[in-house]
Amino acid sequence: MSSLNKSPFLKIFLSYVPFIMLFFSVFNEFDFNYLKLDYFAFNFVHLLIFFWTLRNPDQLGYLAIFFAGIINDVVIGIPVGISSFCYLILCSVTAYIRNITLTPNFMKDWISLLFTILLINSIQVIILDLVFLIKVDYTNYLINSGFTFLFYPIFFLFFNFLNERISYQTND
Amino acid sequence: MATGRDDFVIAIRSAFLKKKDKQKFSLLTLIVLSIFVIVLSNFNFKAIQFVKLGINEVIYRSSHIASIPENKLKEITLKFKSHMDLYESLQKELIKIENSDQLKLQNEFLTAENKKLRELLDESINSQEIFARVLIDKDSPYLKSVVLNKGTKDKVKIGMAVIDDVYLVGQIIEVNYTNSRALLLSDLNSKIPSVLEPDDIQAVISGTGSDYGKIEHTQEEFREDFKNKEIFAYTSGLGGLFKPGIPIGKINNISEGKINFFSDFTQLNYVKIVSYKIGGEE
Repeated sequence: MSSLNKSPFLKIFLSYVPFIMLFFSVFNEFDFNYLKLDYFAFNFVHLLIFFWTLRNPDQLGYLAIFFAGIINDVVIGIPVGISSFCYLILCSVTAYIRNITLTPNFMKDWISLLFTILLINSIQVIILDLVFLIKVDYTNYLINSGFTFLFYPIFFLFFNFLNERISYQTND
Repeated sequence: MATGRDDFVIAIRSAFLKKKDKQKFSLLTLIVLSIFVIVLSNFNFKAIQFVKLGINEVIYRSSHIASIPENKLKEITLKFKSHMDLYESLQKELIKIENSDQLKLQNEFLTAENKKLRELLDESINSQEIFARVLIDKDSPYLKSVVLNKGTKDKVKIGMAVIDDVYLVGQIIEVNYTNSRALLLSDLNSKIPSVLEPDDIQAVISGTGSDYGKIEHTQEEFREDFKNKEIFAYTSGLGGLFKPGIPIGKINNISEGKINFFSDFTQLNYVKIVSYKIGGEE
Protein backbone atom coordinates (compact mmCIF):
# COMPACT_ATOMS: atom_id res chain seq x y z
CA MET A 1 0.00 0.00 0.00
CA SER A 2 2.82 2.38 0.98
CA SER A 3 4.48 1.80 -2.40
CA LEU A 4 1.46 3.46 -4.01
CA ASN A 5 2.51 6.74 -2.39
CA LYS A 6 5.99 6.52 -3.90
CA SER A 7 6.61 8.57 -6.99
CA PRO A 8 9.48 7.50 -9.29
CA PHE A 9 10.31 11.15 -10.02
CA LEU A 10 10.49 12.02 -6.30
CA LYS A 11 12.61 8.94 -5.69
CA ILE A 12 15.18 9.96 -8.31
CA PHE A 13 15.08 13.64 -7.33
CA LEU A 14 15.52 13.00 -3.61
CA SER A 15 18.42 10.63 -4.19
CA TYR A 16 20.23 13.44 -6.05
CA VAL A 17 19.49 16.18 -3.47
CA PRO A 18 22.77 15.80 -1.49
CA PHE A 19 24.72 15.81 -4.78
CA ILE A 20 22.85 18.93 -6.02
CA MET A 21 23.37 20.72 -2.69
CA LEU A 22 27.09 19.92 -2.78
CA PHE A 23 27.65 21.28 -6.28
CA PHE A 24 25.30 24.23 -5.78
CA SER A 25 27.21 25.33 -2.70
CA VAL A 26 30.64 25.05 -4.32
CA PHE A 27 29.56 26.76 -7.55
CA ASN A 28 27.39 29.44 -6.02
CA GLU A 29 28.37 32.54 -4.14
CA PHE A 30 25.65 31.87 -1.58
CA ASP A 31 27.37 29.07 0.27
CA PHE A 32 26.76 30.32 3.82
CA ASN A 33 30.48 30.94 4.26
CA TYR A 34 30.15 34.43 3.00
CA LEU A 35 27.19 36.07 4.71
CA LYS A 36 29.26 39.24 5.07
CA LEU A 37 28.74 39.24 8.81
CA ASP A 38 31.82 40.06 10.85
CA TYR A 39 33.09 37.13 12.85
CA PHE A 40 30.47 34.82 11.42
CA ALA A 41 31.27 32.10 8.93
CA PHE A 42 30.72 28.41 8.72
CA ASN A 43 31.44 25.78 6.16
CA PHE A 44 28.26 24.21 4.84
CA VAL A 45 30.16 21.84 2.53
CA HIS A 46 32.03 20.29 5.46
CA LEU A 47 28.75 19.62 7.29
CA LEU A 48 27.14 18.18 4.16
CA ILE A 49 30.03 15.83 3.39
CA PHE A 50 30.39 14.79 7.04
CA PHE A 51 26.73 13.87 7.43
CA TRP A 52 26.18 12.06 4.14
CA THR A 53 29.43 10.11 4.04
CA LEU A 54 28.78 9.04 7.63
CA ARG A 55 25.08 8.20 7.52
CA ASN A 56 24.36 7.35 3.89
CA PRO A 57 27.54 7.18 1.80
CA ASP A 58 25.66 5.78 -1.21
CA GLN A 59 24.11 9.21 -1.83
CA LEU A 60 27.41 11.08 -2.18
CA GLY A 61 30.24 9.44 -4.14
CA TYR A 62 33.87 10.12 -3.37
CA LEU A 63 34.52 11.04 -6.98
CA ALA A 64 31.82 13.73 -6.83
CA ILE A 65 33.39 15.05 -3.61
CA PHE A 66 36.80 15.11 -5.29
CA PHE A 67 35.43 17.17 -8.21
CA ALA A 68 33.50 19.46 -5.86
CA GLY A 69 36.81 20.20 -4.12
CA ILE A 70 38.48 21.06 -7.43
CA ILE A 71 35.60 23.43 -8.30
CA ASN A 72 35.73 25.04 -4.84
CA ASP A 73 39.46 25.71 -5.23
CA VAL A 74 39.03 27.32 -8.65
CA VAL A 75 36.08 29.48 -7.53
CA ILE A 76 37.77 30.65 -4.32
CA GLY A 77 41.16 31.06 -6.02
CA ILE A 78 43.39 28.81 -3.92
CA PRO A 79 45.80 26.25 -5.48
CA VAL A 80 43.85 23.41 -7.13
CA GLY A 81 43.59 20.16 -5.19
CA ILE A 82 43.71 21.48 -1.61
CA SER A 83 39.95 21.39 -0.94
CA SER A 84 39.66 17.96 -2.61
CA PHE A 85 42.37 16.66 -0.31
CA CYS A 86 40.66 18.14 2.78
CA TYR A 87 37.23 16.84 1.78
CA LEU A 88 38.66 13.35 1.23
CA ILE A 89 40.39 13.43 4.64
CA LEU A 90 36.95 14.24 6.06
CA CYS A 91 35.56 11.24 4.17
CA SER A 92 38.29 8.96 5.52
CA VAL A 93 37.45 9.99 9.10
CA THR A 94 33.75 9.29 8.52
CA ALA A 95 34.59 5.95 6.88
CA TYR A 96 36.69 5.04 9.92
CA ILE A 97 33.93 6.09 12.35
CA ARG A 98 31.45 4.03 10.32
CA ASN A 99 33.71 0.98 10.55
CA ILE A 100 34.17 1.14 14.32
CA THR A 101 30.56 2.10 15.19
CA LEU A 102 27.79 -0.44 15.60
CA THR A 103 25.00 1.94 16.60
CA PRO A 104 25.27 5.55 15.37
CA ASN A 105 25.21 8.14 18.13
CA PHE A 106 24.63 11.84 17.51
CA MET A 107 26.84 13.09 20.37
CA LYS A 108 29.80 10.94 19.29
CA ASP A 109 29.39 12.14 15.71
CA TRP A 110 29.28 15.75 16.86
CA ILE A 111 32.46 15.47 18.93
CA SER A 112 34.27 13.68 16.10
CA LEU A 113 33.19 16.48 13.75
CA LEU A 114 34.99 19.02 15.95
CA PHE A 115 38.25 17.09 15.81
CA THR A 116 37.86 16.44 12.10
CA ILE A 117 37.24 20.07 11.09
CA LEU A 118 40.09 21.24 13.31
CA LEU A 119 42.31 18.67 11.59
CA ILE A 120 41.31 19.54 8.03
CA ASN A 121 41.42 23.30 8.62
CA SER A 122 44.90 22.89 10.14
CA ILE A 123 45.99 20.88 7.09
CA GLN A 124 44.59 23.58 4.79
CA VAL A 125 46.34 26.39 6.72
CA ILE A 126 49.64 24.47 6.73
CA ILE A 127 49.49 23.83 2.97
CA LEU A 128 48.47 27.42 2.13
CA ASP A 129 50.75 29.22 4.56
CA LEU A 130 53.86 27.06 4.62
CA VAL A 131 53.88 25.42 1.18
CA PHE A 132 52.26 28.03 -1.08
CA LEU A 133 53.24 31.06 1.07
CA ILE A 134 49.70 32.49 0.87
CA LYS A 135 48.89 34.52 3.98
CA VAL A 136 45.69 33.41 5.69
CA ASP A 137 43.76 34.75 8.65
CA TYR A 138 44.01 32.19 11.45
CA THR A 139 41.18 33.84 13.40
CA ASN A 140 38.83 33.38 10.47
CA TYR A 141 39.69 29.68 10.29
CA LEU A 142 39.12 29.27 14.02
CA ILE A 143 35.78 31.12 13.91
CA ASN A 144 34.76 29.11 10.87
CA SER A 145 35.57 25.83 12.64
CA GLY A 146 33.67 26.94 15.76
CA PHE A 147 30.50 27.92 13.92
CA THR A 148 30.64 24.82 11.69
CA PHE A 149 30.72 22.71 14.86
CA LEU A 150 27.88 24.68 16.51
CA PHE A 151 25.62 24.53 13.45
CA TYR A 152 25.87 20.76 13.04
CA PRO A 153 22.77 19.91 15.16
CA ILE A 154 20.53 22.18 13.02
CA PHE A 155 21.75 20.70 9.76
CA PHE A 156 21.73 17.23 11.28
CA LEU A 157 17.96 17.54 11.78
CA PHE A 158 17.46 18.73 8.21
CA PHE A 159 19.75 16.13 6.63
CA ASN A 160 18.31 13.38 8.81
CA PHE A 161 14.79 14.26 7.70
CA LEU A 162 15.95 14.19 4.10
CA ASN A 163 17.75 10.90 4.64
CA GLU A 164 14.58 9.35 6.06
CA ARG A 165 12.59 10.58 3.05
CA ILE A 166 15.19 9.08 0.71
CA SER A 167 15.15 5.77 2.59
CA TYR A 168 11.34 5.73 2.53
CA GLN A 169 11.26 6.37 -1.22
CA THR A 170 13.94 3.82 -2.08
CA ASN A 171 12.88 0.94 0.22
CA ASP A 172 10.01 -1.25 -0.75
CA MET B 1 46.24 -5.15 23.40
CA ALA B 2 47.30 -6.74 20.12
CA THR B 3 43.67 -7.37 19.22
CA GLY B 4 42.88 -3.65 19.77
CA ARG B 5 45.70 -2.66 17.44
CA ASP B 6 44.58 -5.21 14.86
CA ASP B 7 41.03 -3.81 14.99
CA PHE B 8 42.38 -0.31 14.45
CA VAL B 9 44.48 -1.40 11.47
CA ILE B 10 41.54 -3.30 9.97
CA ALA B 11 39.24 -0.28 10.42
CA ILE B 12 41.79 2.07 8.85
CA ARG B 13 42.51 -0.29 5.96
CA SER B 14 38.84 -0.82 5.35
CA ALA B 15 38.16 2.96 5.44
CA PHE B 16 40.81 3.74 2.87
CA LEU B 17 40.60 0.75 0.54
CA LYS B 18 37.07 -0.64 0.69
CA LYS B 19 34.63 0.60 -1.93
CA LYS B 20 30.90 0.78 -1.26
CA ASP B 21 28.52 -0.53 -3.94
CA LYS B 22 28.13 2.81 -5.69
CA GLN B 23 31.70 4.10 -5.21
CA LYS B 24 33.87 3.75 -8.30
CA PHE B 25 37.16 4.71 -6.65
CA SER B 26 38.64 3.97 -3.23
CA LEU B 27 39.44 6.86 -0.89
CA LEU B 28 43.15 6.14 -1.07
CA THR B 29 43.17 6.43 -4.88
CA LEU B 30 41.41 9.79 -4.74
CA ILE B 31 43.60 11.13 -1.92
CA VAL B 32 46.72 10.19 -3.91
CA LEU B 33 45.13 11.82 -6.98
CA SER B 34 44.45 15.07 -5.10
CA ILE B 35 48.06 15.18 -3.80
CA PHE B 36 49.18 14.61 -7.40
CA VAL B 37 46.97 17.53 -8.54
CA ILE B 38 48.38 19.83 -5.80
CA VAL B 39 51.97 18.97 -6.79
CA LEU B 40 51.20 19.25 -10.50
CA SER B 41 49.55 22.66 -10.12
CA ASN B 42 52.86 23.91 -8.71
CA PHE B 43 54.69 23.28 -11.98
CA ASN B 44 54.50 25.76 -14.81
CA PHE B 45 54.63 23.41 -17.80
CA LYS B 46 52.77 24.57 -20.88
CA ALA B 47 50.46 21.57 -20.91
CA ILE B 48 49.51 22.08 -17.25
CA GLN B 49 48.94 25.78 -17.88
CA PHE B 50 46.55 24.98 -20.75
CA VAL B 51 44.63 22.50 -18.60
CA LYS B 52 44.45 25.06 -15.78
CA LEU B 53 43.19 27.76 -18.16
CA GLY B 54 40.54 25.40 -19.54
CA ILE B 55 39.32 24.42 -16.05
CA ASN B 56 39.23 28.08 -14.94
CA GLU B 57 37.28 29.15 -18.05
CA VAL B 58 34.61 26.47 -17.60
CA ILE B 59 34.26 26.80 -13.82
CA TYR B 60 34.16 30.62 -13.74
CA ARG B 61 31.41 30.70 -16.38
CA SER B 62 29.43 27.93 -14.67
CA SER B 63 29.79 29.63 -11.29
CA HIS B 64 28.56 32.89 -12.80
CA ILE B 65 25.48 31.15 -14.22
CA ALA B 66 24.83 29.31 -10.93
CA SER B 67 24.93 32.57 -8.99
CA ILE B 68 22.45 34.44 -11.23
CA PRO B 69 19.39 33.81 -8.97
CA GLU B 70 21.25 34.93 -5.88
CA ASN B 71 22.64 38.01 -7.64
CA LYS B 72 19.13 38.95 -8.77
CA LEU B 73 17.90 38.64 -5.20
CA LYS B 74 20.74 40.84 -3.99
CA GLU B 75 19.94 43.41 -6.71
CA ILE B 76 16.26 43.54 -5.72
CA THR B 77 17.14 44.01 -2.03
CA LEU B 78 19.52 46.86 -2.89
CA LYS B 79 16.95 48.53 -5.15
CA PHE B 80 14.30 48.31 -2.45
CA LYS B 81 16.68 49.77 0.14
CA SER B 82 17.73 52.65 -2.13
CA HIS B 83 14.04 53.36 -2.90
CA MET B 84 13.27 53.60 0.81
CA ASP B 85 16.22 55.94 1.43
CA LEU B 86 15.48 58.13 -1.59
CA TYR B 87 14.60 61.42 0.13
CA GLU B 88 17.46 61.31 2.62
CA SER B 89 20.05 60.48 -0.02
CA LEU B 90 18.70 63.23 -2.33
CA GLN B 91 19.33 65.88 0.33
CA LYS B 92 22.88 64.60 0.83
CA GLU B 93 23.53 64.49 -2.92
CA LEU B 94 22.38 68.11 -3.38
CA ILE B 95 24.96 69.33 -0.87
CA LYS B 96 27.61 67.14 -2.51
CA ILE B 97 26.83 68.52 -6.00
CA GLU B 98 27.18 72.10 -4.79
CA ASN B 99 30.61 71.38 -3.32
CA SER B 100 31.80 69.27 -6.21
CA ASP B 101 31.01 71.99 -8.81
CA GLN B 102 33.55 74.25 -7.15
CA LEU B 103 36.10 71.47 -6.85
CA LYS B 104 35.61 70.42 -10.46
CA LEU B 105 36.70 73.81 -11.81
CA GLN B 106 39.76 73.81 -9.57
CA ASN B 107 40.56 70.24 -10.57
CA GLU B 108 40.32 70.93 -14.31
CA PHE B 109 42.80 73.75 -14.04
CA LEU B 110 45.26 71.68 -11.97
CA THR B 111 44.98 68.67 -14.29
CA ALA B 112 45.72 70.78 -17.36
CA GLU B 113 48.68 72.40 -15.61
CA ASN B 114 50.00 69.03 -14.46
CA LYS B 115 49.70 67.59 -17.96
CA LYS B 116 51.62 70.52 -19.44
CA LEU B 117 54.41 70.19 -16.86
CA ARG B 118 54.69 66.43 -17.39
CA GLU B 119 54.97 66.93 -21.15
CA LEU B 120 57.82 69.40 -20.58
CA LEU B 121 59.65 66.69 -18.58
CA ASP B 122 58.75 63.98 -21.12
CA GLU B 123 56.91 62.27 -18.27
CA SER B 124 53.39 62.39 -19.69
CA ILE B 125 51.22 59.48 -18.57
CA ASN B 126 49.31 57.54 -21.22
CA SER B 127 46.91 55.04 -19.84
CA GLN B 128 44.72 52.45 -21.51
CA GLU B 129 41.48 51.34 -19.96
CA ILE B 130 39.57 48.12 -20.45
CA PHE B 131 36.05 47.97 -19.03
CA ALA B 132 35.16 44.71 -17.33
CA ARG B 133 32.20 43.18 -15.55
CA VAL B 134 32.55 41.33 -12.25
CA LEU B 135 31.60 37.70 -12.87
CA ILE B 136 32.16 36.29 -9.38
CA ASP B 137 32.69 38.25 -6.20
CA LYS B 138 33.05 35.38 -3.80
CA ASP B 139 33.98 37.20 -0.63
CA SER B 140 35.79 34.30 0.94
CA PRO B 141 37.07 34.76 4.49
CA TYR B 142 40.41 33.43 3.30
CA LEU B 143 41.09 35.15 -0.01
CA LYS B 144 39.57 38.44 -1.15
CA SER B 145 39.36 38.44 -4.92
CA VAL B 146 36.95 38.95 -7.82
CA VAL B 147 36.73 37.30 -11.24
CA LEU B 148 36.39 39.68 -14.22
CA ASN B 149 35.08 38.93 -17.70
CA LYS B 150 38.17 40.14 -19.59
CA GLY B 151 41.30 38.07 -20.24
CA THR B 152 44.27 37.68 -22.58
CA LYS B 153 41.86 38.00 -25.51
CA ASP B 154 41.38 41.64 -24.45
CA LYS B 155 45.10 42.18 -23.71
CA VAL B 156 44.77 41.95 -19.93
CA LYS B 157 48.08 41.19 -18.23
CA ILE B 158 49.13 40.17 -14.73
CA GLY B 159 49.83 43.19 -12.49
CA MET B 160 47.43 45.63 -14.18
CA ALA B 161 45.50 47.94 -11.83
CA VAL B 162 41.77 47.44 -11.27
CA ILE B 163 39.81 50.64 -10.72
CA ASP B 164 36.26 51.33 -9.57
CA ASP B 165 35.24 54.84 -10.83
CA VAL B 166 38.53 56.56 -9.97
CA TYR B 167 39.46 54.49 -6.90
CA LEU B 168 41.96 51.63 -6.83
CA VAL B 169 40.39 48.30 -5.85
CA GLY B 170 43.13 45.78 -6.63
CA GLN B 171 45.39 44.22 -9.20
CA ILE B 172 45.23 41.37 -11.69
CA ILE B 173 46.88 38.19 -10.37
CA GLU B 174 45.67 35.52 -12.81
CA VAL B 175 44.73 35.79 -16.47
CA ASN B 176 42.80 33.25 -18.56
CA TYR B 177 41.65 33.56 -22.17
CA THR B 178 38.29 35.26 -21.53
CA ASN B 179 38.49 36.10 -17.84
CA SER B 180 40.88 37.10 -15.10
CA ARG B 181 41.12 37.25 -11.30
CA ALA B 182 41.86 40.44 -9.40
CA LEU B 183 43.23 40.43 -5.86
CA LEU B 184 41.43 43.09 -3.79
CA LEU B 185 43.27 45.63 -1.64
CA SER B 186 41.68 44.12 1.46
CA ASP B 187 43.37 40.73 0.97
CA LEU B 188 46.15 39.82 3.39
CA ASN B 189 48.51 39.25 0.45
CA SER B 190 47.96 42.69 -1.10
CA LYS B 191 50.82 45.22 -0.78
CA ILE B 192 50.52 48.56 -2.61
CA PRO B 193 53.32 51.16 -2.76
CA SER B 194 51.63 54.43 -1.89
CA VAL B 195 52.14 58.01 -0.93
CA LEU B 196 50.37 59.70 1.99
CA GLU B 197 49.25 63.22 1.15
CA PRO B 198 49.50 66.14 1.85
CA ASP B 199 52.80 65.35 3.64
CA ASP B 200 54.19 63.29 0.74
CA ILE B 201 55.28 60.30 2.87
CA GLN B 202 56.01 56.99 1.17
CA ALA B 203 54.33 53.91 2.63
CA VAL B 204 53.04 50.45 1.76
CA ILE B 205 49.34 49.76 2.23
CA SER B 206 48.63 46.17 3.17
CA GLY B 207 45.34 44.33 3.28
CA THR B 208 44.15 42.91 6.59
CA GLY B 209 41.53 40.40 5.48
CA SER B 210 38.86 42.81 6.75
CA ASP B 211 37.34 45.84 5.00
CA TYR B 212 40.19 48.19 5.98
CA GLY B 213 43.91 48.37 5.24
CA LYS B 214 47.04 49.05 7.26
CA ILE B 215 49.98 51.41 6.72
CA GLU B 216 53.34 49.65 6.78
CA HIS B 217 57.00 50.34 6.05
CA THR B 218 56.87 54.06 6.59
CA GLN B 219 58.66 56.64 8.75
CA GLU B 220 58.61 55.90 12.48
CA GLU B 221 57.44 59.39 13.42
CA PHE B 222 54.63 59.64 10.82
CA ARG B 223 51.95 59.25 13.48
CA GLU B 224 53.10 62.44 15.24
CA ASP B 225 53.14 64.44 11.97
CA PHE B 226 49.66 63.30 11.00
CA LYS B 227 47.84 64.19 14.19
CA ASN B 228 44.77 66.42 13.58
CA LYS B 229 45.17 66.21 9.80
CA GLU B 230 43.07 64.64 7.08
CA ILE B 231 45.37 62.18 5.32
CA PHE B 232 44.66 60.50 1.98
CA ALA B 233 46.57 57.65 0.38
CA TYR B 234 47.33 57.50 -3.36
CA THR B 235 49.37 55.09 -5.42
CA SER B 236 52.98 56.26 -5.64
CA GLY B 237 53.71 54.47 -8.90
CA LEU B 238 57.02 53.31 -7.43
CA GLY B 239 56.54 49.61 -8.10
CA GLY B 240 56.12 50.45 -11.80
CA LEU B 241 52.78 48.64 -11.91
CA PHE B 242 50.31 51.39 -11.05
CA LYS B 243 49.85 54.86 -12.41
CA PRO B 244 50.86 57.38 -9.72
CA GLY B 245 48.04 59.28 -8.03
CA ILE B 246 45.19 56.75 -8.02
CA PRO B 247 43.17 57.36 -4.81
CA ILE B 248 43.20 54.40 -2.42
CA GLY B 249 41.66 55.52 0.86
CA LYS B 250 41.54 57.83 3.82
CA ILE B 251 43.34 57.30 7.11
CA ASN B 252 40.82 56.50 9.77
CA ASN B 253 42.83 55.80 12.88
CA ILE B 254 46.34 57.21 12.83
CA SER B 255 47.53 55.53 16.03
CA GLU B 256 46.74 52.08 14.61
CA GLY B 257 47.64 53.00 11.02
CA LYS B 258 44.16 51.99 9.83
CA ILE B 259 43.00 53.11 6.41
CA ASN B 260 39.45 53.03 5.04
CA PHE B 261 39.29 52.22 1.33
CA PHE B 262 37.28 54.62 -0.84
CA SER B 263 35.63 51.83 -2.79
CA ASP B 264 33.12 49.40 -1.31
CA PHE B 265 34.40 46.01 -2.49
CA THR B 266 31.09 44.29 -1.79
CA GLN B 267 29.29 46.43 -4.38
CA LEU B 268 31.56 45.99 -7.41
CA ASN B 269 29.69 45.42 -10.67
CA TYR B 270 31.79 47.07 -13.36
CA VAL B 271 35.45 48.01 -13.08
CA LYS B 272 38.25 49.36 -15.28
CA ILE B 273 41.47 47.44 -15.87
CA VAL B 274 44.19 50.02 -16.43
CA SER B 275 47.66 49.86 -17.92
CA TYR B 276 49.87 52.91 -18.39
CA LYS B 277 53.16 54.09 -19.77
CA ILE B 278 55.20 57.16 -18.93
CA GLY B 279 56.67 59.38 -21.65
CA GLY B 280 58.08 57.47 -24.60
CA GLU B 281 58.74 54.19 -22.70
CA GLU B 282 57.49 50.89 -24.16
